[in-house]
Amino acid sequence: MSAVLVIAKRELNSFFDSLMAYILLALFLGFTGFFTWILGGGDIFFIGQASLSQFFSYANLSFFIFIPALTMQLLAEERKIGTLELLLTKSVTDRQVVLGKFLAAVLMLAIALFFTLPFVITIFSIGNADLGQILSGYFGLLLTGAAFVSIGLYASSLTSNQIVSFLVALIISVFFQFIFQLISMSMPGVVGRIFAELSIASHFESISRGVLDTRDLIFFLSVIFLGLFLSELSLTKRNQ
Amino acid sequence: MNITIENLSKKYGPQKAVDGLSFEVKTGEILGFLGPNGAGKSTTMKMITGYIGIGEGSVIIGDKSITEHGDEVKKHIGYLPENNPLYLDMAVMDYLRFCAALQGVKGETVDERVRRMVKVCGLNAEKHKKIGELSKGYRQRVGLAQAMIHDPEILILDEPTTGLDPNQIVEIRNLIRELGKEKTVILSTHILPEVEATCDRILIINKGKIVADGTAENLRRQAEGQEILKVRIEDSTVDKIQAELKKIRTVQRLDLIDKNLNRFEIQSKPGTSSSREIFRLCVEKGWVLTELTPLETRLEDIFRNLTLN
Repeated sequence: MSAVLVIAKRELNSFFDSLMAYILLALFLGFTGFFTWILGGGDIFFIGQASLSQFFSYANLSFFIFIPALTMQLLAEERKIGTLELLLTKSVTDRQVVLGKFLAAVLMLAIALFFTLPFVITIFSIGNADLGQILSGYFGLLLTGAAFVSIGLYASSLTSNQIVSFLVALIISVFFQFIFQLISMSMPGVVGRIFAELSIASHFESISRGVLDTRDLIFFLSVIFLGLFLSELSLTKRNQ
Repeated sequence: MNITIENLSKKYGPQKAVDGLSFEVKTGEILGFLGPNGAGKSTTMKMITGYIGIGEGSVIIGDKSITEHGDEVKKHIGYLPENNPLYLDMAVMDYLRFCAALQGVKGETVDERVRRMVKVCGLNAEKHKKIGELSKGYRQRVGLAQAMIHDPEILILDEPTTGLDPNQIVEIRNLIRELGKEKTVILSTHILPEVEATCDRILIINKGKIVADGTAENLRRQAEGQEILKVRIEDSTVDKIQAELKKIRTVQRLDLIDKNLNRFEIQSKPGTSSSREIFRLCVEKGWVLTELTPLETRLEDIFRNLTLN
């Protein structure tokens, strides 16, 4: 088994061993479930369409807070208790460690999304839902989730304090989720367009509507790549 | 596999933690790495194991540099870091399997290696417990087990016996000595008798520089210079004995340690011995010589002399 998978497997197990996984799963399913199905104004019954678009936007909205909670310990905890030294003196590269941690968090995210399968089954039993749009929505959620994981991983690589790691990830995520969009709305011309392009929310919107644009794909992949690259860089910094 | 270290240096800010270390450790040799706290022991070990980058100089393991072939070289190193960090929420067996997989132990042999390590390190009764539930001594054994899981040719152990009880210390020392016959071992410690008991060679560093390098006997011989004897003579008064002893030509210093027991400490002049003269004196006077012990320079004294200034 490659080192990336070995690290990812251990990390995933430790999510479940530490109850973290169960708490986050319960919160995520409870939050999205409540807003999608139960809350009066804005839930599926209120809108009266057999569509999961409400679920997708609430799920996406919840990421900027749930994912930092998931990623805050990835590297910060290892640094704090010293196991990072143990890990990096094994026959693995910094990159493998970063990728293993990233993979574990993305898999955790995929597990959370898997548990929303009853939502999909319900919506199909209610009416004629658009399967393509639903698949595209899930794909969009995985992409935004992975982007936030990458941001969270970078925040976690900066410090040995989980709370600091959480807050840094939260601040960066808030910019990508809300602030860039707000700035773009109040700025005219090129500047506004640039900020609009930087906003995760606006890129997610088009994917969740069922439109798969390469520009959105490139945007998400760049955020993911940048986060991973910076995480590796901050691990390598110990060499100076 | 030999370890060759040349002119190794590391700076933290303006302070030099390691300052131009050069030494070599050969296969089958156990090197004891000594030094006061902050002398640069752990920093050196971290550089050898590739955890932190090398400031200046080179670390060659086998015939490969750790900076250029880190990934490959690390396969041959087993490392127990300072303070023995462990994943406390993992079960012992799972943890050892995890370490084996990371070190590239082949799938079929993982279980066999894990079983062997559990046996060698005496973890059988605790192997299904979580590491967080273990006592300090058992955690230390887990730390040693993970370091040796892939049967490495090189073992770097940063204070391997801290937290162990005396029985465990003896066991671990025996284990290290046994392993050291075929492997290259560097171990750091504060416990000086431990170095004498386990190591073939001692390297003392202070402020990042080597201040002594050699076997325990070698260091002693260098440090000794002057003979010191502990003497107890009966059947006479302290004053008489003292007066007579002072007349011996080779005696440089005479201290009375115990008035009631007539015990003295006698330091001879450099390059001379007073033991024969003392014996002859006692025979001549008809005194009974009940104690005549040469005082070995203790490793502690050598250590203090070299590192305190």
